[in-house]
Amino acid sequence: MDLLEYQGKQLFSKHGVPVPEGRPASTVDEAVKAGDELGFPVVVKAQVLIGGRGKAGGVKLAKDGDELREHATAILGMDIKGFTVHELYIEKASDIDEEYYAAILLDRTAKKPMVMMSRKGGMDIEAVADEDPDAIATVHIDPLLGFSDFHARRLGFDAQIAGDVVNKVGALLSRLYETFVEEDAVLVEVNPLLITKDREVVALDSKVTIDGNALYRHPDTAAMRNPSAEDPQEQMAHERGLTYVKLDGNIGILGNGAGLVMSTLDVVAQAGGKPANFLDAGGGSKADAIVNAVEVILSDPKVTAVLFNIFGGITRCDEVANGLVTAFQQLNPQVPFVVRLDGTNDEEGRQILADANLPNVHVEETMLGAAAKVVELAG
Amino acid sequence: MSILVGNDTKLVVSGLTGREGSFHGLNNKRYGTDVVAGMTPGKGGSDVEGIPIFNTVHEAVEETGANTSMIFVPPRFAADSILEAADAGIALIICITEGIPVHDMLRVYTQIKRSGTTRLIGPNCPGVLSPGKANVGIIPAHFFSEGNVGVVSRSGTLTYQIGKELAERGLGNSSIVGIGGDPVAGSSFIDVIAKFEEDPETELIVMCGEIGGEEEERTADYIAEHVTKPVIGYIAGFTAPPGKTMGHAGAIVSGSKGTAAAKAEALEAKGVRVGRTPTEVAEIAAEKVRTAV
Repeated sequence: MDLLEYQGKQLFSKHGVPVPEGRPASTVDEAVKAGDELGFPVVVKAQVLIGGRGKAGGVKLAKDGDELREHATAILGMDIKGFTVHELYIEKASDIDEEYYAAILLDRTAKKPMVMMSRKGGMDIEAVADEDPDAIATVHIDPLLGFSDFHARRLGFDAQIAGDVVNKVGALLSRLYETFVEEDAVLVEVNPLLITKDREVVALDSKVTIDGNALYRHPDTAAMRNPSAEDPQEQMAHERGLTYVKLDGNIGILGNGAGLVMSTLDVVAQAGGKPANFLDAGGGSKADAIVNAVEVILSDPKVTAVLFNIFGGITRCDEVANGLVTAFQQLNPQVPFVVRLDGTNDEEGRQILADANLPNVHVEETMLGAAAKVVELAG
Repeated sequence: MSILVGNDTKLVVSGLTGREGSFHGLNNKRYGTDVVAGMTPGKGGSDVEGIPIFNTVHEAVEETGANTSMIFVPPRFAADSILEAADAGIALIICITEGIPVHDMLRVYTQIKRSGTTRLIGPNCPGVLSPGKANVGIIPAHFFSEGNVGVVSRSGTLTYQIGKELAERGLGNSSIVGIGGDPVAGSSFIDVIAKFEEDPETELIVMCGEIGGEEEERTADYIAEHVTKPVIGYIAGFTAPPGKTMGHAGAIVSGSKGTAAAKAEALEAKGVRVGRTPTEVAEIAAEKVRTAV
């Protein structure tokens, strides 16, 4: 789960990571009120889950209430790389002396958290890594021992952080590591990590991703979900407990098991088709889950054909077939369906479909045959 | 022979009294797996169809000599169950549970590696099946027969698909190992392929990878240096967009890292043939077996 900048900063504050004072706002009036409370100048920042908002005009300095009103009006509702701005963050402007970079992420290969520190902040860290890899210092942290002062010293000195702030930066890293662990984050990134003219250290931006599997122990974070930013189909699927990812094609896909669904998307693409979605109906899919899934798939107006690719293990193909029959009764789909059932109770499943004689449903024997057929029917 | 589970397996199931745990635990027993014990705190002294239940894994090990554990408890209790089984001296822990917080797994993984006496498979995996010998987990065993193809995979249903396509071409399996779809897994492709390399029954290895991380790339290097048996690869997720988790917690392309194309290229660069569809994987396997004979 990705957090908006101000949501991430709320977590930073909770753990003592210094951040500039600010207020979220979802209307122009709220923005102006926030500016009056904070005192000018302030920065008006679009809250979207995508980088590059500064270049897109989504971050503006306001010297007074009139400028704030003007910028807030312009930025609210703005489209940034396909993301509509629904919220602003109004933040007290900071005096910038230097811009550093700090991040903690999960290194899957080492199976440890990795802390990164660079004195080259304010730009894309992947570009820094390409151009000047020595400017980035990294250390791995033993998850059972945690972050020690020596880690902070190594990072600070390896990254050649200015001597007068190296201890303050180290203290911030220690707080950031606490945030990473206690909030069950898989990524916390501060870019830029600001050194002010007074040589104070503050996190000027935040990028935080929380482990979705750990949200049960963070009800406050779970409530931060910003459904208005989600795609309508993804939101609908989420509410129904389905694993769904929207893609940009026209062939609706349903399968069981993440690997098989990914493989199904690939096979459809190889056959010349464009998948509209990833949808994993899960192990042991019951009939009502299938009805829900069909409804989510068909709610995407781009879908011109649907492929069911089921390999029954725990999932029983007769359950899936019954679900499809119910879905046809309730939803009366107007697009062709291609169904491939294999594995547990596949013959029973095919018999159910044959008996139901559903309009425009094509049963295929193999995964490749089904992919070819759905591409043909999707047009 | 086979790897990890077989005729010597004596299984204790954590969560055997639960709905899923009892369904699959009893299924494993019917297959012929020696299920010696269940563990549910507070239900010690009872039984599930004759399998004795203990309050702790330690007690189960003392009383029954269990050497393998299957974890079938809800995600918020699973890390603790893995640590309990490891502390009780279990040599092989197979964790089926999906949805364990990754920070829990970081601590568990580090502890298990440090102790050095326990192997963990999973979590978020379908388990391990050695056809004709033992089944520990949720793999539908009837798709697989005894044979010489070792399969290791990050996915469940995709493995069944490939297993069935192999069976249609007359190929059986030594063992099928699901290492799971989480970003922090107890065992890697390399761990399992090393075991297949040592296993006399295994003549051919199929590895089934997917987007996310760089396990497959590292495995390619390992195969080139250490594996003499033919390996056939498959990678799922060529059409996955960056930044989206595709069902499995670990299946995510981060920026330009972890793409299917990069993984397939890395394997092919080291001489591993990569099938573009599950069907093609089975065809290549059948061809390799024919040319070997």
